[in-house]
Amino acid sequence: MNMTELAASRDGYGNALISMSGDPKLVVLEADLGKSTKSCWFRDKFPERTVSCGIGEQNMMLVAAGLASSGFKPFASTFAIFTERAFEQVRNGICRPNLPVHICGSHGGTHTGTDGSSAQSIEDLAIYRSLPNMVVMHPCDDVSTEILTKKLLEIKSPSYTRTARNKTPRVYDLDDSRIQIGKGVKLRSGSDVAIIACGVMVSKSLEAAKKLSERGIEATVVDMHTIKPLDEELVHQLASECKLIVTVEDHSVIGGLGGAVAEYLSENIPTILRRVGVRDRFGESGQAEEMLELLKISTNDIIDSVLEIKEKV
Amino acid sequence: MVLSRLNGLGDDELVGELNEIARKCRIEIVKMVYRAQAGHPGGSLSEIDLLTALYSTQLRIKPKEPKWHDRDRFILSKGHASPGMYAILAEMGFIQHTDLESYRVLGGICQGHVDMKFTPGVDFSAGSLGMGLSFGIGCALASRFDNSERECYVMLGDGEIQEGSVWEAMMAAKHHELGNLNVILDCNRIQNDDFVESQMRMFSIPDKWISFGWNVKEIDGHDMKEIVEGLRWLKENNEGPSVLIANTIKGKGVSYMENNPKFHGAAPNEEQYEMAMKELGE
Repeated sequence: MNMTELAASRDGYGNALISMSGDPKLVVLEADLGKSTKSCWFRDKFPERTVSCGIGEQNMMLVAAGLASSGFKPFASTFAIFTERAFEQVRNGICRPNLPVHICGSHGGTHTGTDGSSAQSIEDLAIYRSLPNMVVMHPCDDVSTEILTKKLLEIKSPSYTRTARNKTPRVYDLDDSRIQIGKGVKLRSGSDVAIIACGVMVSKSLEAAKKLSERGIEATVVDMHTIKPLDEELVHQLASECKLIVTVEDHSVIGGLGGAVAEYLSENIPTILRRVGVRDRFGESGQAEEMLELLKISTNDIIDSVLEIKEKV
Repeated sequence: MVLSRLNGLGDDELVGELNEIARKCRIEIVKMVYRAQAGHPGGSLSEIDLLTALYSTQLRIKPKEPKWHDRDRFILSKGHASPGMYAILAEMGFIQHTDLESYRVLGGICQGHVDMKFTPGVDFSAGSLGMGLSFGIGCALASRFDNSERECYVMLGDGEIQEGSVWEAMMAAKHHELGNLNVILDCNRIQNDDFVESQMRMFSIPDKWISFGWNVKEIDGHDMKEIVEGLRWLKENNEGPSVLIANTIKGKGVSYMENNPKFHGAAPNEEQYEMAMKELGE
C-alpha cells in the first residue's frame, strides 16, 4: 500500500475494457459520456465493437440486454446518476431475466463535486442492491476497479459498479491477489474498532485510522468494495473481534454499505455501529473535499464517529 | 415453414390454412382468459392474425430446439397480450396445449406477461411497455456482430409507443442502420383506459416512423393475404429498419369485445364465454 500516487477509479474501468478486448464477445455501450467514463479508450481502439446510444440511457440498458441474450458480454457505462433514469429497464429487462449486463456508473457520490446535487448520485448503491441477481461494487482505486471489472467476465449475473471522477490515493499495488468479487480486503489491522468503507472513502478511512493510532486507538480498516453480495463472514468476524463497527461511504446512510452491514449485524450479531454517510439530504456545488466536510463524511468525521462509539463502551 | 403441411400450398389455400390456425388460437385465447378470470383478451385477439402468419410462414425457428442460436428472434413487446403468444407457441409445438391451462397459475409456465425464464420460445421477458424495441436492437446488433442472417422481429402496440423510450430506440435503430430489425405495429386503437385518441393523440403514426428514417408499409392486420405479403416485405427490406403498421380491431373475432375498451384487460363471464365459443365455431 503506497497511498502516494493519485488516480481515478474510472481510469481502471477504461483500462479493464482494453485489457479484456481479446474476448471476441465483449461489446461496449456508451450514452454520450464515453470521454467521462473512460470507455472512450476502448472506442478509439475498437470502434466496431462500441455501440453509441446517444443520450438515451433507457434504450442503452435494453440494447445491452438484447446483446447479452444472444451471447455477448456487454459493458454499458454512463454517469451513476443517469443509470438511475433507466432503473426500471435494469430491473425488468436485465435483472429479472438475469442477463449478464455489466453497468458502470461513473462520477458517483458527492465527491464528484462542482456540478452540484443533480449529478451527485447518493442512492445508486441502495437501489441496485435491492434488485435480485445484481452484484453491486464500489471499488476504491483504479487498480482494484480494473481487477474487479475484469473479474466480471467470470460471473453469470448482471452487475453495477460505481466509479469516481476524481483522483484519490492509489490503495493497491498492481495484481493484488486479495481482490475478489464478494470478498472484503483487510487493509489494516487493529482490535479497538473496525472501519468498513467503500470507494473514495477507503483512503479517507486509512487516514483516519492513522490519526486514531496516534491517539492510541487501533482500527481495522476493510475495503468492502462489493456491497452485494456482502462479505458476511468478514463482517461477522470483525464484529466478534472489534466489538465496534463504523461504516463509511460517499452515499446515503440509507440502504448502501451502512445499510447492508446494519441489516446483517442486527439479525446475526448485534453490535454497536455508527454509519458515516450522507444523512438523508442532497449535496450542492463544491469541491470534493468541501462536500465531504459539508456532508460530515470527511476524515475528521470518521475519527469523531469512532471516538463517539468508543465512549459508549 | 415450421408447419410442413403448409409447404407448397397455393396462395388461397395458404390463406385458408392460416385463417383456420388463427381461429383455433382465438378459441384458446378466450379459454385462457376465461379460466384465469384475468388477462388481456383484446390485444391478443387483435395481434393473433399477425402472429399466426409470422410464426407459420416466416420465422426461422425450431420448436424442438427453442434456444437454437441462429433462430430468428421474436419479441412481443406488448407482453401483456401473452395469451396470443402462448396460443401460437402451442400451435407451433414449442409448448403443449395442456400448458395453456397454466396461464396465470402458480407454478405454471405461462406467466401473466411473457417471460423468457418460464416459457420455451419466448425471447424476452416483457410486460412493462416500451422495452421490446431496445432489446430487439441488441438482438439485431448481435446478429450483425455474428455475421448471421437471423432477423429480429418486434411487435409493439399503438398505445405502447407513447412510452418515450420507444422513440430513443427508433432513433438508435436507424442510426445503426439495422436492416435486420423489423417492427410489427399492432394498431388496435385502444389502450388500457380508453381509445388511444382520447388518452394521447398520436396524429399520423406512419409519418412519425417515416420522419425517423424507417421504411414504412401499412396493411389491414386481419387480411391474411396482406399480412403474408407485408411480412415478406419486412424480411426482404434490408436497407435500414422497417415497420409494418397493421391496422387491427381490438377484440377481433368476438363481437362484444370488438372495439370495446372494457375488454383490454377483462375476462368474459360464463354467458359471454359461451357466446364467444359459439361465434368462434368451437
